[in-house]
Amino acid sequence: MKRTVPTLAAAVLAAVLALPSLPFSAAAEDRPLTVVAPWEIKGLDPAVTGYAFTRMEAAETFVEVDEEGLPIPALARSWEVSEEGRLWRFELRPEVRFHDGTPLTAEAVVQALTVAQGKPGVLDKAPIEAIEAEGDGHVVIRLSEPFSPLLAFLAHTSAQILAPASYAADGSVQEIIGTGPYRVTAVEPPQRLLLERFDDYWGEAPAIARTVFLAAGRGETRTLLAESGDAQIVFNLDPASVQRLARNESLEVVAVPLPRVVTLKVNAALEPLADPRARQALSLAIDRAGIAAALLRQPEVAATQLFPPGMGAWHDAALPPLTRDLDAAEALLAELGWQPGADGILEREGARFAVTLRTYPDRPELPLLATALEDQLREIGVEVTIAIGNSGDIPAGHQDGTLELGLIARNFSLVPDPLGTLLQDFGPEGGDWGAMNWSDEGLTNAMEALLGSADPAGAEAERRRITSVLQEDLPVIPVVWYLQTAAISRGLEGASVDPFERSYRLSRMRWAP
Amino acid sequence: MIAIAGYRLLQAGLVALMIGALTFVLVHSLPGDMAYRIAAGRYGYDLVDTAAAEAVRRELGLDQPAILAFGAWLWDLLRFELGVSLVSGVPVVEEIRHQLGHSVELALVAIFLSLLIGPPIGILAGLRPGSLFDRIVFLVSIGLRALPQFVIGLLLIYLVSVWAGLLPAAGHGGTRHGILPALTLALGLAAVSSRVARDATLAVTASAYYRFGRTKGLSPGETFRRHGLRNVSVPVLTYLGVQLVYLVEGVVVVETLFAWPGIGHALVHAIVARDVPMIQGTALVMGLMFVLLNAAVDLICHLIDPRRKEA
Repeated sequence: MKRTVPTLAAAVLAAVLALPSLPFSAAAEDRPLTVVAPWEIKGLDPAVTGYAFTRMEAAETFVEVDEEGLPIPALARSWEVSEEGRLWRFELRPEVRFHDGTPLTAEAVVQALTVAQGKPGVLDKAPIEAIEAEGDGHVVIRLSEPFSPLLAFLAHTSAQILAPASYAADGSVQEIIGTGPYRVTAVEPPQRLLLERFDDYWGEAPAIARTVFLAAGRGETRTLLAESGDAQIVFNLDPASVQRLARNESLEVVAVPLPRVVTLKVNAALEPLADPRARQALSLAIDRAGIAAALLRQPEVAATQLFPPGMGAWHDAALPPLTRDLDAAEALLAELGWQPGADGILEREGARFAVTLRTYPDRPELPLLATALEDQLREIGVEVTIAIGNSGDIPAGHQDGTLELGLIARNFSLVPDPLGTLLQDFGPEGGDWGAMNWSDEGLTNAMEALLGSADPAGAEAERRRITSVLQEDLPVIPVVWYLQTAAISRGLEGASVDPFERSYRLSRMRWAP
Repeated sequence: MIAIAGYRLLQAGLVALMIGALTFVLVHSLPGDMAYRIAAGRYGYDLVDTAAAEAVRRELGLDQPAILAFGAWLWDLLRFELGVSLVSGVPVVEEIRHQLGHSVELALVAIFLSLLIGPPIGILAGLRPGSLFDRIVFLVSIGLRALPQFVIGLLLIYLVSVWAGLLPAAGHGGTRHGILPALTLALGLAAVSSRVARDATLAVTASAYYRFGRTKGLSPGETFRRHGLRNVSVPVLTYLGVQLVYLVEGVVVVETLFAWPGIGHALVHAIVARDVPMIQGTALVMGLMFVLLNAAVDLICHLIDPRRKEA
C-alpha cells in the first residue's frame, strides 16, 4: 500500500502530462493565436461587450476610423451630407455576407442601429430623428440638428452591425452573427471567446485560421501567460512586469499612448476653488513628472495638457505646458488672500483651505495617485482628505453637488472623435465626468461651431480655442495620460497595437516562418 | 443514518435562510449607490452617467424599500427561483450551472490530489517518527500551509509553465489547464492532511491493540493493513470536512489567479457589480455545497467506523 500510492501518483501525473493537446501537437499553421486582456466577457449584447467582438474582428461597424481617428468607409462604402448637416445618406458596401450566409441589407443595418440607439451607449446621445432604409443599397439618417461627430458615433462598438437573426424579438442579442474576417465559434463568459476564419469575408482573408480571446483579471497571471508562451499577445501589463518582460528575448513590449487621461475634477462652485487662479495654483503644485516616473514608471505620461499626444488633431504641441512651480502657486494663493495658519494649512477669513478628494479603485492606480496628490497639495498649504468609494460616487456627487475634488480617469475615445465626449463634459451644464459648475461661453460657441463645421482650417482654429480655454481655466486639472502596454510574441509577424483600442488587428498578422 | 440526513436537511434550510438574509443586508449596507454600480457592471464605468443609472434604477425598481426586495427573494427561493442577474440579464440558475461545474471539477480534483499526496506521506512519516523524513515533511507542510494559495499558485505557474514549459499557465479548455489550479489547492489541503495522518498513525501504532497484533505474529505490513489503515483514515476524513472551508476560500483566490471560470470568480465579480441575485445565488450554492460535502464526509466516516453505528 504505502509503496504503491506514490508510484500510482507518479503514473497518473505522467499520463496527464502526456495528454495530447493542440498547442503542442498540431502543425504550427493550425495553432490558435491567443490574446489575453483584463476585460471580461459579460454577455453578448454589443452595448455591454461589443468591444470584445469588434476587437476580435467578429463584428464590424458601419464606419471605421484610421490611425488618426478620422472616419473611413467600412460596411458603409461612402456617404454624403445634405440639408445643412441634418441628412446623412450612406451607401452600403455591396456583396457583404454575414457569418450565417445572409447578405448585408439596408434593412439589417437599420435594425442593428435602431436596437443600438435604444440602449445606453453613444447613439442614444446623438440627435437622431430617424434611421431608414432607402431601397436595397442605402441607409438614411435624419438628425434634428447638425452633428458632425455622427460618423464617430457610428464607429462605436455598441453600434456594430449584426445579422437580423442575432436579435430576439425584444432586441436582446442571442448570437453574434457579424460580418468580420473571423467568425465566433464559442462564447464562454466570462473568460473565453473562440473564433475561426470566415471564408466569405468581403475584404482580404486573414492568414491565421483560429484565434482565442482569454480574459485574465490578474496582472500576474497575464505576465506569466506571456512568459510561458501560452498567449501571443498580452495587454495591460503592470509597471513592474513591463521591465521584466522587456528583457525576455522571445517577446517584444510595446507602449502606445491612449486617449485617456487622469484628471482632478473640480467643483468650481466651491468657494476656495471658484477663482481660476486657485485651480492654477493647485495645478502648479502637482509634480506630474515625479508621479509618472515613480508611481507609474512611465516618465512620458506626465500630462502637459488635457489631450495626450495620441489624440492627433486635439493635442496642441504649441500650448505652454502645465508645470510645477511651488513659488508661483504660493504667490497666486497669496494674491487670493490665503495666509498659512499655525499648522501650515492656508486660511482666509477664518476658513481653512480644506477639501475632500473622492476617487475609486476601479482603476487600481487612482487611489495611489490620490495619496501622492494629497502630499503635494499639502506642500502649498492645501489640506486634502481622501475618500475612496466607487466609480458611481463621481456622477452621483456631481448631481447632488457634494463633490469637491474628484480624481478620475476619462476616456476621450469613447467615440473616436473626442468632440462627442467633450460636449458631454464641458457643455454649459458641465458633465458627470467633466466640468462641475463651470462653463465658458467661448468654449461652448467653439464646440457648437465644430458641430456644424465642414471646413478643416476653421475646425483647427476652433480646436485651438477649446484647448487653450481648458488649459487656462482648468475646469479639470490634468495629471497623467495613459499608455497601453502589450507584450507580443516574436513568433508573430505584422503585429501592431491600435491606439483607439478598436481592434487587435489579428487579421493582419501571420506566424513567423 | 436517517437522523444524519434529516439533521443535514434542516441545517441546509437554515444555511439557505441565513445566507440569503446576510448577503442581502451586507450588500445593501455597502457604500455607494447601487444603481451606478450595476450600470457600471453592465456598460463599463466609462459609459455610466446619471441617465444610465436612473434607467437602471427604474428598470430594477431599486427605489422601493429593501424589505420588499428581500421578501420577493424569499418567495422566489421557496419556489426554487433564483432570479435574473442584474448585469447580464441571464437567469442566475443558468450562470451558476455553467460556473459550478467548473468549480466542482476543480474542487474534486483538488481533494483527490490532496488524498494522493497528503495521507501517504503522513503515514510514512508517522511510522518513523523523529526520522529525517518526518522532520522534512513537518517543515514542508508547515511552509505550504503558511503560504497563501496565491503565492503557491504563482510559484507553481513559474516552475511548471514558465520554467519547465510542461503545462499551460492559466485559462481553461482541457484537462491540462485544470492541473495547476487543482494542485495549488491540493498542496494546501495535503499539508494539513499529512499532519493529521502522521499523528493518527503515531497514536495507532502506539496503541495496545496494535502492539498485540505485532505480538500475535503479524508482519509489520499486515498489522498496518488490518489494524492501522482504517483507524488512521477516520480522523483524516473528518479533518477533510473541516478543511472544506479552506477549499471554498481557496476556490475564490485560485480561480481568479488562473482565469478559471468558476463560482468563486463569479462571486467576486457579482459583489463588485452589486449583482444581488448573483451574490445570493452563488453564496447559497457555496453554502449548500459545504453542507452537502460535510454530510458526505459524515456518511463515509459512518461506513468506515463501525463503532459509530452502535453509538
